Amino acid sequence: MLLRFAPAMRNSYEPADVQRIIEQLVARIAVGFDARKTLNIVGIRTRGEVLAQRLAAALAKQGFAQIGRGVLDITLYRDDLSEIGPRPLVRPTRIDIDIDAQPLLLVDDVLFTGRSIRAALDALSDFGRPSAIRLAVLVDRGGRELPIQPDFVALTLSDVPKDHRVNVHFAETDGADQILVEPKQ
Amino acid sequence: MKAATAEDKRWTRKHLLGLEELSADEIRFVLDTASSLKEVSTRSVKKVPALRGKVVVNAFWEASTRTRTSFELAAQRLSADVIDFSESGSSVSKGETLIDTARNIEAMGIDVIVIRHPAAGAAELLSRSVRCSVVNAGDGAHEHPTQGLLDLYTIRERFGGKVEGKKVAIVGDIANSRVARSNVWGLTKLGAEVMLVGPPTLLPRSFEQLGARVTHDFDSVIGEVDVVNMLRVQFERIKSSQFPSVREFTSMYGLTWDRFQRCKKDVFIMHPGPMNRGIEIQSDIADGPQSGILQQVTNGLAVRMAVLYLVTQVGG
Amino acid sequence: MSSILIQNGTILDPSQKLERKGDLLVRNGKVAASGNNLGKADQVIDARGCFVTPGLIDIHVHFREPGDEEEETIASGAASAVAGGFTSVCCMPNTKPALDNEAQIEFVFQESERVGLANVYPIGAITKSRAGKELAEIGSMHRRGAVAFSDDGVGVADASVMRKALQYSKMFDTVLMQHCEEPTLSGGPMHAGLMSTTLGMPGVAAEAEQLMIARDLLLNRTIGCRYHVQHISTAWSVELVRRAKRDGQAVTCEVAPHHLLLTDESCRGYDTNFKMNPPLRSAADVAACIEGVKDGTIDCLATDHAPHLAEEKELEFQNAPFGIIGLECALPLYVKALIEPGHIDWMRLIELMTSASAAIVKLNKGTLREGADADVTIIDPQRRWTIDAEQFASKSRNCPFNGREVTGRPIATIVGGAVKWRLQ
Repeated sequence: MLLRFAPAMRNSYEPADVQRIIEQLVARIAVGFDARKTLNIVGIRTRGEVLAQRLAAALAKQGFAQIGRGVLDITLYRDDLSEIGPRPLVRPTRIDIDIDAQPLLLVDDVLFTGRSIRAALDALSDFGRPSAIRLAVLVDRGGRELPIQPDFVALTLSDVPKDHRVNVHFAETDGADQILVEPKQ
Repeated sequence: MKAATAEDKRWTRKHLLGLEELSADEIRFVLDTASSLKEVSTRSVKKVPALRGKVVVNAFWEASTRTRTSFELAAQRLSADVIDFSESGSSVSKGETLIDTARNIEAMGIDVIVIRHPAAGAAELLSRSVRCSVVNAGDGAHEHPTQGLLDLYTIRERFGGKVEGKKVAIVGDIANSRVARSNVWGLTKLGAEVMLVGPPTLLPRSFEQLGARVTHDFDSVIGEVDVVNMLRVQFERIKSSQFPSVREFTSMYGLTWDRFQRCKKDVFIMHPGPMNRGIEIQSDIADGPQSGILQQVTNGLAVRMAVLYLVTQVGG
Repeated sequence: MSSILIQNGTILDPSQKLERKGDLLVRNGKVAASGNNLGKADQVIDARGCFVTPGLIDIHVHFREPGDEEEETIASGAASAVAGGFTSVCCMPNTKPALDNEAQIEFVFQESERVGLANVYPIGAITKSRAGKELAEIGSMHRRGAVAFSDDGVGVADASVMRKALQYSKMFDTVLMQHCEEPTLSGGPMHAGLMSTTLGMPGVAAEAEQLMIARDLLLNRTIGCRYHVQHISTAWSVELVRRAKRDGQAVTCEVAPHHLLLTDESCRGYDTNFKMNPPLRSAADVAACIEGVKDGTIDCLATDHAPHLAEEKELEFQNAPFGIIGLECALPLYVKALIEPGHIDWMRLIELMTSASAAIVKLNKGTLREGADADVTIIDPQRRWTIDAEQFASKSRNCPFNGREVTGRPIATIVGGAVKWRLQ
């Protein structure tokens, strides 16, 4: 069952807001898994990777003893290149852990059409067969094109117009934590 | 979902014809892409769907089991369909021109032609005549860009990401070597110092104007180089009296144990293959701990995956 | 026969050192008069703003007939000639079979007459089948009207054969033309230099040309046959000829437009329209050829018009045939190479394309003197145009200058007192 944090539509969330949103996400994930068992956390490049790092650190503090970490680059698995344009830039995928027969938490920053997640699921299946894959996202902005739903979500934004994008910024990659709803340029 | 980034725009080429035309940034971009793709070959499922539905044709007018196999495997790891179109039994022997043959292949609806041809410029000629991507897998004595890239990749990997300032000796039949030319372009663009070593009959002075140092005395540079890249001796050159005998060549330009002893302690030994053991390179050096020859082959696969992936990302 | 009055032009006749505004009257195939108020004629051509010159002469063309008529014929070649302002051309004997006997020589004359455009003069082979082994029937061909002898396409490699050819031809006072290329130093599709190194192709050393020139000059020193170096292309070749002339040797030479305008840099891109023999050389060689024209070492200009089909040229650079066509764009290219930079003036250019060429092959042409054959070219020196090989009368299109903006163009070509071509 999903609890939803649904404030009135806002155009931006500042560092303190983002901090709070992430804490809520951690709290939800913590009750969803058994802290005594191994949990593998795999982030989707680039912002999902950062978010996964944050989640892993926070969950470790809450008593999760065995956290495996991985990073997925899904460029080679995308089926929407014709729509989003060519993507020559391929970054490394790093899954050095054994993902077989254990729960795996897949992490991304924003869930939109669901195509990135489908690509990530395809990619993961080339590395092994987890006992279960759960999806955690910071923002669900709606607009799904595939039957994919998050298991853990901190912020649900309904009614984001199609011609707007939801950009998540993190201190590690962008200087400051921020969530912005902006028109596409 | 994000728009193509500035980094994505670093690759805009539909064809890979040679390293002469690439900028240092473009070369680094291919090497970085190869680095990302190298991981695919370490998985239990060694395949990604990036080129699913694409067709790659290996059109080899010159025998080359290694390069052809490497391209074939690279295409398969990206899930492309691969067709082999090699010289034996093809219409090449029936007098059809390169252009006609290529247009016929293309009419079957393909995305990339990988071409190996004995004539310099064949890949460029082809790229002007077809709409699909063209990847040069060696054209006469002109260029062999994927070999150049995999050599760069291997050197970069060996020296912790740094090619700049490294001294690289390329030894042997330079004049007739496309590997040497692609290496000269790639290495000089990335800031390495290239020394070409061979007899004057196989190493014209004009190579100096390409930015390399030219020497006919291997022993004079052996102690200062970080990398020794030994080229394959082509025996047919003896017939055209470009050097008098294999024995004399080996004594002057072979990587013998004696010469190897005078190299820097951490010297890196390379060879594009196939080797003539005991002629240009002593067996125990080729198989020894300082040899990067098998890494070259492994990296060749990653580099060719990168090239096939990149050229197919560029439309129309 | 009819008469033509060419009015209001500038008569430019190097054979008389004449440059004068006025009219030229031709009647019954001959030059009748020049000056003013020359009376009426059947046909009047207004040449205002134009030069009226002796018909241009090219002593080096390939018309491919017999043998490769799909590339060019005497008919299409002659049409190409008049469209380029040429009234007389000398065709090389490397046909299939070669022009190495009387009957072949006669064939060219007959076909030229039947076509009735430019005068086409045959050059006979020096050796049978141009094989370089046995002398061809130079005497019989000479008697039948062959204007010179050459194995063009290849040089006579064997020194003893060449010596015999020089000795034998001397008695007819004809000219031996040599395609200077020592075969053991040859074998590449382009000039040996930085560019061949870059492109990965074997190069033809400049020495291949120089060695044969030096050898022939040495052989001919005591023989004194008239000896002509075809399509000279390297700096040292020009110097060899310069020194031989200084020593009083009977040597002449020609240069083609591409060797005055292009360097081996053009081979980048592997466009086979830049593949010819001798190959495009270095910038220093081009400069030396221009200097040779300026100081008179180079005696005349010739195109080496060498037609090939697009299919033949659409090959890998090293597998494509040598040669480019030149007749229909030669004049403006010489203007670009020699007049625009100020190396020579129009009087000298026309001399190099008329009387100087005629002298080498002993044609009684290249002049507008009264009573001379009425071969006349009218040239608009200011006309700007774009070379378009698709519009050429030649059967072939292998022209590296296609698309170039040039200045100067023939507007009418008169051969034997009849207008054979006018610019549309």
